[in-house]
Amino acid sequence: MSTGLWLRLLDGLLVTLELTLFGAVLGLVFAFAAGLARLSANRLVRGVALAYTEGFRGLPALVVLFWLVFALPGLGFQLEPLFAGVLALSLNIGAYGAEVVRGAVLSVPAAQLEAATALNFTPWQRMRLVVLPQAVVAMVPPFGNLLVELLKATALVSLVFLQDLTFQGQIVRAATGDTAATFAGLLVGYGVIALVLTRLVKLVERRAAASLGRTTTSSGPHVGPLVTEGAR
Amino acid sequence: MTTELITFDRVDKRFADTVVLDDLSFTVRAGERVTLIGPSGSGKTTILRMLMTLTRPDSGTITLAGEPLFHERRGDTLVAAGERHLRTMRRHTTMVFQQYNLFPNMRVLRNVTEAPVHVLGLEKEEAEERARGLLDMVGLAGKLDAYPSQLSGGQQQRVAIARALAMRPDVLLLDEVTSALDPELAAEVLDVLRDVARTFDVTMLCVTHAMKFARDVSDRVLMFNEGRIIESAPPDELFDAPKQERTRQFLRSVIDES
Repeated sequence: MSTGLWLRLLDGLLVTLELTLFGAVLGLVFAFAAGLARLSANRLVRGVALAYTEGFRGLPALVVLFWLVFALPGLGFQLEPLFAGVLALSLNIGAYGAEVVRGAVLSVPAAQLEAATALNFTPWQRMRLVVLPQAVVAMVPPFGNLLVELLKATALVSLVFLQDLTFQGQIVRAATGDTAATFAGLLVGYGVIALVLTRLVKLVERRAAASLGRTTTSSGPHVGPLVTEGAR
Repeated sequence: MTTELITFDRVDKRFADTVVLDDLSFTVRAGERVTLIGPSGSGKTTILRMLMTLTRPDSGTITLAGEPLFHERRGDTLVAAGERHLRTMRRHTTMVFQQYNLFPNMRVLRNVTEAPVHVLGLEKEEAEERARGLLDMVGLAGKLDAYPSQLSGGQQQRVAIARALAMRPDVLLLDEVTSALDPELAAEVLDVLRDVARTFDVTMLCVTHAMKFARDVSDRVLMFNEGRIIESAPPDELFDAPKQERTRQFLRSVIDES
């Protein structure tokens, strides 16, 4: 295989990593906004968040992506392709993440809120100082699963001509004619990235557990598509 | 002016079909130490939770330091209190819980300084000085950097007491603070509370099954049964010569158990 083809794969890898990173960051924003909004006292806020989470969990990320890339320009909005990819992926993963956030916040014992009330914290202080620091620890393991889901979903963008790892793999396949080896290489490539991400999440998990003075962490609520250790 | 700090006036509370408080009225003077005893489900804990604004009464009025707790004046009428009024009222009170409820995400020192800094607006140094003094008093000066999960139940409860006192409350509510502890650990917590009763000028309402402690520290004991106070007397009188058969029966069962 020529150097040019290897460089293509490297470019593709960078695009895939970019999509995963930016998708995760924006996805976290959606997840926290929608997850906390679902717990709001305001019915309208709750309703909007519910519509978002139920809606986007039901929509295939690919169709959302097609819509953003091919339909939205018809309405006069042309998105940067990479941004369209990040947006589609993060809207999808954020909807699952919102359930993780909501579940984790609800998993903090009511007694913690009562203790915070007894010390006369404001509602926002109770959330910020007491509930969220504990909830975040419970969020890390399911967020780790979602991160791997996100990585795998990035391959969809090759269908809208974003030049990610899968897209460049197709080019390599066309150039070399070796379908089996190319796709085997892609599988290994995604597998290795997933493995690295999982390791990183384990580190974060350990840090999170330490923030509660624990040496191991109990896993939080599992919501959304599950990738268990055994299945991977 | 009366010296009544707390007044319950015809307070009712039901959970589903269960009557928890039944037309209950009583008062507590400033500085008084009152112990609430009685069988479980007789409404004692609900009283503390109401004073801490964790549970609202169905009807009746609770007055704290001359102000209605769950009502505020808007013009000439009394309306249900909003969060703002509740926060003002909560300045008077704090509570220690049966299960300690320390914040697991904070080390011991920060558990005690967090509310003084964020709620009372103390400088961090001042809050830490106050916290160190209190943690020293409860015998935990050596555990400032430990996480709650690294402490025994008795140690956690002593931190919880320090955390409550750091707010300099007028009223300290103690809700079965030794019920989750082995006798030995319970004893160390009760010793700390005896200390608190001696050195702090704080009104105490205490729900407990530790009868010797109740006798030692309280000015008055209230015997509850089915949401009502059936007997109210100084501890020596109530424990040595209870007037009600139900009180005698209850005291016998508590003594048999311990």
